[in-house]
Amino acid sequence: MGQQVLNGVFLGSIYALFAVGYTLVFGVLDILNLAHAAVFMLSAFAALALVADAHLSIWVALPLGVVVGGLLGVILERVAFRPLRGRSDSNISGLISSLAMATVFEAIALQIFGPDVSRFPQDTFPDRTIHVAGASASLLQLCIVAISVALMAALTLLLARTRLGRRIRAVAESPKAARILGIDVDRTIAVAFFISSGLGGAAGVLFGLAFNSISPDVGRSVELKGLAVIILGGMGSVPGAVIAGFVLGLIEIFTVAHFGSSYRDAVSFAVLFVVLVARPRGLLGRAAAREA
Amino acid sequence: MDLFYAYEALIAFVGINGLLALSIYATLCCGQLSLANAGFMAVGAYTGALITLHAPHVPFALVLLASVAAPAVLAVPLGLPVLRLRGVFLAIATVGFGEVVRLAFVNWDFTNGALGLVAIPQRTHLWTIFLALAVVLFVLGRLQGSRAGFALAAIREDETAARTMGIDANSYKLAMLVAGAAIAGLAGALEAHFTFIVSPSGYGFSRVVDMLVQAVVGGVAVFFGPAIGAAFLTLLPEILREVGARLGLSPGPFRLFLDGVVLLAVILYLPNGLASLPQHLRRRRAA
Repeated sequence: MGQQVLNGVFLGSIYALFAVGYTLVFGVLDILNLAHAAVFMLSAFAALALVADAHLSIWVALPLGVVVGGLLGVILERVAFRPLRGRSDSNISGLISSLAMATVFEAIALQIFGPDVSRFPQDTFPDRTIHVAGASASLLQLCIVAISVALMAALTLLLARTRLGRRIRAVAESPKAARILGIDVDRTIAVAFFISSGLGGAAGVLFGLAFNSISPDVGRSVELKGLAVIILGGMGSVPGAVIAGFVLGLIEIFTVAHFGSSYRDAVSFAVLFVVLVARPRGLLGRAAAREA
Repeated sequence: MDLFYAYEALIAFVGINGLLALSIYATLCCGQLSLANAGFMAVGAYTGALITLHAPHVPFALVLLASVAAPAVLAVPLGLPVLRLRGVFLAIATVGFGEVVRLAFVNWDFTNGALGLVAIPQRTHLWTIFLALAVVLFVLGRLQGSRAGFALAAIREDETAARTMGIDANSYKLAMLVAGAAIAGLAGALEAHFTFIVSPSGYGFSRVVDMLVQAVVGGVAVFFGPAIGAAFLTLLPEILREVGARLGLSPGPFRLFLDGVVLLAVILYLPNGLASLPQHLRRRRAA
């Protein structure tokens, strides 16, 4: 029991970290960024290349992977989202153009790293097991949970307490009003993309370390899980995504324990479906009509 | 003639992908982005393949009819709750549905789980595919400009306004979801009887993304746009194969790269798709 809770929290922390970035962009732009999973995947590959080929320590490669993710996010915003701003159908066409960028990113990964599974070198992270109250966890797992929680706490503080956070929230509320008040809307959105994709990249690197297998389609399953998380948490709600990430991680681990691993993925889609039909605004979403 | 046989599979996929892109168009033409079509396609493919394998004497036309009917019937209980959602939310809910269908086939022993059904007799010919495509195009073409077609356009432009004009938006949206499911099921059965196999991995999220990409590249403002987009994106990697090889790119990534770049170029510079290209050029020249 304790062991399963621990595993669920561990899995959930990665889902939550991925989904927080996802939901941040949705909150600001009302656009679903379907390239988020491709950024996740490319950042994982970038960190892997830095560790395996450039022989850097993972503690250097991880932040660099996050920066790679952030920069990809800025490119994404520039190429796929900014030109569409102001078009009447921008939420559907933005979804499609992000899909186009995801396809391009995936093609790049396939060309450079090949379709096979790549792995971190054996000694990337010290292999140590720690026992807590009858449950055992590896040092790596504990570090991943700690890093995820720290990043999410930092994001929450940034949004709530800093000038930048206030600007992002203002743009999310109403881009037009924000512009009138003297906020550089384009720049704020670009920064939001940098943060969102950086967090997605961090999730990618941690996911790669945790399961030690990275392939160009690694983002696929996480993408759909991420959708379930942001729907459950309420689209655009950062705290909602955090809670929902952990909830989904726990649900998944308990499903595997009680019904077998073949139902693992089905559960998250069932959750997604039920929430959308019964309570479309999710756990903590705004009560506004969902007419996006 | 040799050339024809060498490219038979390619030509067949122009037709099958055309049907699939049209199945996405069916809901998109009333403004609803539904991504359940890979799931409907799977239901059609499995229905057809199971009938052919267990009752080989049933005529192919009846098999296809069953493959059209099964997903169409399934679309009703899906559509009733889900079509209340709009935009991105409908897309997400239907993606979830598609994955649940795929996972159901993975876990179902009767359909041989993740391995799927193999050695399905080949009963699809090129003419069957293109006859089906012609019929679907004819029906969708007749829709455009009819009373129902105008109602669908009104719902796409502004659903609230359409409702105040007395248009029963719910019924129209449900009807088009059912139509899209039927077309996807038909394409699934045709493909299953052409490639000999059905397996759950062929009906994942990336399949429905392909359909959407082809529909959007062709253009969803006119009914034949999606078929043009499907033909273009199916043929393009083959036509440019030499170019890709010379650039040192493997075929897989090269195809993906082309898909992405073409889609991006179309959505940014030609929002109504390739089908609007002649019109676009004419307006350019006039200006």
